[in-house]
Order: sequence, then structure tokens, then C-alpha cells
Amino acid sequence: MEKTKYMNPYLAGFLLGLLLIATIYITGRGLGASGAVKSFTIATIEKVAPEHTANTEYYKEYSEAHKGSPLKNWLVFEVIGVLIGAFISGLVSDRLNFKLEHNPKIKSKTRIVGALIGGLLFGFGAQLGRGCTSGAALSGMAVMSTGGIITMIGIFGGAYAFAYFFRKLWL
Amino acid sequence: MGPLVPNIISNEFNFIVALFIGIAFGAILEQAGFSTSKKLVGLFYGYDFTVLRVFFTAGFTAMVGVMALEHFGLLDINLTYINPTFLTSAIVGGLIMGLGFVIGGFCPGTSVCAAAIGKIDGMIFIVGTSIGVLIFAEGYPLWEELYKAHNLGYLRIFDTLGISQTLFGFLLTSVALIAFWVTSIIENKVNGVERKPIRFTPYYIGITAFGILIACSALLFPPRKAALMEKVEDNNFVENYNLKEMTVDEFAFRIVDNDKTMQVFDFRPLEEYNKHSLPLSMPFKVDNFFEKEPSQILSLRHKTKVFIANDELTERKVAIIAQELGYDNIEVLQGGLEKFNSDIINFIPVKAPVTQVEKDTYKFREKAKVLLPVLIEQHKSKGPVVKKLKRVIGGC
Repeated sequence: MEKTKYMNPYLAGFLLGLLLIATIYITGRGLGASGAVKSFTIATIEKVAPEHTANTEYYKEYSEAHKGSPLKNWLVFEVIGVLIGAFISGLVSDRLNFKLEHNPKIKSKTRIVGALIGGLLFGFGAQLGRGCTSGAALSGMAVMSTGGIITMIGIFGGAYAFAYFFRKLWL
Repeated sequence: MGPLVPNIISNEFNFIVALFIGIAFGAILEQAGFSTSKKLVGLFYGYDFTVLRVFFTAGFTAMVGVMALEHFGLLDINLTYINPTFLTSAIVGGLIMGLGFVIGGFCPGTSVCAAAIGKIDGMIFIVGTSIGVLIFAEGYPLWEELYKAHNLGYLRIFDTLGISQTLFGFLLTSVALIAFWVTSIIENKVNGVERKPIRFTPYYIGITAFGILIACSALLFPPRKAALMEKVEDNNFVENYNLKEMTVDEFAFRIVDNDKTMQVFDFRPLEEYNKHSLPLSMPFKVDNFFEKEPSQILSLRHKTKVFIANDELTERKVAIIAQELGYDNIEVLQGGLEKFNSDIINFIPVKAPVTQVEKDTYKFREKAKVLLPVLIEQHKSKGPVVKKLKRVIGGC
């Protein structure tokens, strides 16, 4: 399958910047991603164990701050959009393919465990840091938030600091 | 004035907007190549700096854009979501995410893109993220203290660094441009590509010129308020600025007459306003000009807007700011409230009136002197209705 090339990074960045400006102008908030996973997780737990969520502090705090279903959330709609947008883009550029992508030097199992643990850490860290690369780092930078920029430095600085120890996964 | 939600775009319709923003977001990330972990982690091993280029180009473009919107009065930054600064959790959370990035090869947004085009590792990453959220929620009491420690509020980076907003925008963009250049040299070295560090091709000249243009335009958009406040510091400029003035007699007459075509904006401190205020008046501050809700009343075209303060110089300063912001039909009270008090409220005829005009004026002042204190007393009981708009809640 002939795969088309990726967009020029500066053009992509410029378009992403314009999208972020439009988002802030229209909605007063930035882009995000991890928040949708959070809403989805909380909605699932509420469904599976309603008694548990009614008695646990975190869920109580969450439902006080967010009225209605956790799924009726701006980021949930936005991330559904991301799925659609990325799918269309993949379709147009002929990149749709079911596969587990990994470095040929490592086993599939290693990649699966890596993705799971990496996701877990990112999910946890994004809760602690009040946002991920999109919600805290990128959107925080656009509005010049000190907290957002510190989180950004944390993410990229941390990744560089730990990169050496996990080089076998990628190189 | 933005944000358009909730006045122009309702909270309901905002969800549909979110869907379309998401589609654009997903398409851009996928087109940039963010749907493959190989490209993402390239940043940390030096073989592919695409993430850096996309991320920082987006970051400084949006930053300068937001500054421009604020500068032109199109965005009320006080209603915009500014990520709050919790120092400890920002650092610790950031480092944990960094670790997750090199182990998992994605971040949440990019994992969604990868999953959308069928990458199984992207889907697993999302499952992992969900488990991470769950662990955070279940063990919340264990890290609640860390999560809420060192709350510094809605801090802005330029305040933290003690420099101006424009300078920070310029510096960050410049640093990003230099980083683009340096990392392209590193990238070529790591990948064993022989290329000169500086190449004068139309492509590179174009990109550099565009980058410098954005960096410099950061300097063109100072926050409007600061720029205007500086302008009215010059007393000479303020005194010679062409403004319409209303005489104290006309002003008193229209108040006694309960003339609803006049709206009085009282710029005295709120304590003074609360002690005694005129009918048809509302308290106002310079900050209100730059806020979405209060500034709406200034846009009422059919009303004569009279700015009052204790002295005329203060009145003129705020009136100039309002005019420069594009509001019209503004008048200042001649001589300020000081003259109003001495000529009307505490009116004592110094000499016998000679001309007919003087006679009428004196007669009116005697009458107003009696009527106005009563009206002021009546006005006191009400107090203004304040509608406060809340900052948008954002973040993840």
C-alpha cells in the first residue's frame, strides 16, 4: 500500500494554532483530550458500581462540579470529533490499517505492556497535573498560564530525562 | 466580544461546536503524523523533531492570536479559562506524564488519533489512560494533599517572570524559531544526512520570514488597557483632547427632569458612590471597559453617556479611554462633581443677577438645590444590580 506523506509540520502547527485561537474565541476554553477519558471512566464506574461512587470522595467532588451525566461534557464531544477527524484523515491519506505498531526489535507483548503502562502513567499524571499535552501544555501556553507552561516543561523535560532508560523500546 | 459562549452560542450548541472543533483537531494531528508512536518519540531520541515543530508553531501562533484578540477588544481574558497554577502537582504530574510518554509512545490526544486509524497500540494506550484515571480516583485521599498543594491561582507566565506580555510572546517565539533550526541540525546528524546547517532555499527563507513576522507581531499587541492607561498619563494630552462637555446646569436640569436619554457613569470609588449617588447614575470603573458584560451598556447608541468624577481631569481621562475604545456619545461634566456641588447643591448667589439668562439660571439653581438632595436620598436605597459573568471552566 502506497502511503502518502505527512503534512509539513510548520503548516500543521500553524493550522493547529488557528484552530486553538478559534476555540478560545468561541468557547473561552482550550483544546483537551484526557478529560474525555476521565468522563468516560467515571460514567462507566457510576454505571457499574453506583453505590461505590456515591460513597467515594472523588466521585462526589466530581459530580458536584459537573452537573448531569459525566458524558454530557464538552471534551467528550470534542474527542468524538477527534476520532472522526483522524479517521477521515487516515482514509484520505490511505493510512487505515489494523495493526500493532512496534519496533521490530521488541516483541508484540512488550509493546502492549508498554502502551498499557504508558497510558496508565499518562492518565494518572494528567489528573494530577490538571491536563495533558493538549489541555495543560498546549492550551496553557496559548493563554500564557504559568501552571500550563510548568506542566509542559515537566512533560517534555521528564520524557527527555527518562528517554535513555527506555531506548531499547524504540531504537 | 468573545468568548461567544454562552451569549451568542448557547451552551447546548457548544457541544456541536465541540464536535466540529474535534474533527479539525483530529484531522490536523493525523495529517501531521501524530498517529504513530514512532514519529512522536523521535523527539526524545533526536531522529524526528516533528512534534516540536508542530507543537511550538501551534503554541506561539495561538499565543500571539490570543494577544491580538485581547488587544482589539474581541476577547475578555477574564472570562477565558486560564489553567490554574498548582505548583507541586504541575511538576509531579508533568514528570509522570513524561515517563508515560517514553514508555507508551503516545499522549492522550495522539492515542485517540492512532486508535481512529486502527492502531492497536493506540487503543491499548487509551485503556491504560482509563486505568490511570481510575487509580487516581480510587486512591484520591492518598494524593489529595499533593493535588491541592501550592495553589497560586490563575497565574500568567509574564507576571511570574516580571516582564511584559508582549516581550514574553516575542521571546518565546524567537526561542522556538532558534530551536527549530538547532534541532534540524541534530536531526540530520542523528539520521546521518549530510546537509548544510544554513540553506537559502525559498522554502527556508519563507518559513523564517513568516516566523520572524509572528515574533515581531507579538510586540504589536500590548494589552489594550496598559497601552491606553499609559496614553492618558500625559496631562497635557488629556486637557487638549477634544471632548464634549456638559455644563453643570444642563446636567442638573436633566437629572431633575429624570431624562432617560442620559446615562450617568460614576467613576468615583465605590464607597463614595454608596454614600451618595445621583439618579440615572451607575458606578463604573476603568476595568469595566474591558469586560464583556459591563461594556454592553456603553454601546447603547441613543443614550448620552455622561462621565462623572470628583474632578474634570479624571473624567477626561476615562472619557478618552472610552472614546479610543470606540464608544461614542460621551460627555464629561464640566468642572466635575466639585463644581456641581459648589454651583448647584451648595448654591450661594454671590452677586445679584443682571441679565435675563443669569436670572433664569439663578432661579433654576435655587430650585435644583432643594430638589436634588431629595432625589439623591431616594436613589440611595436601590443600589445597582450587578450581573457577574463567571470564568469558563476548561482543562482536562
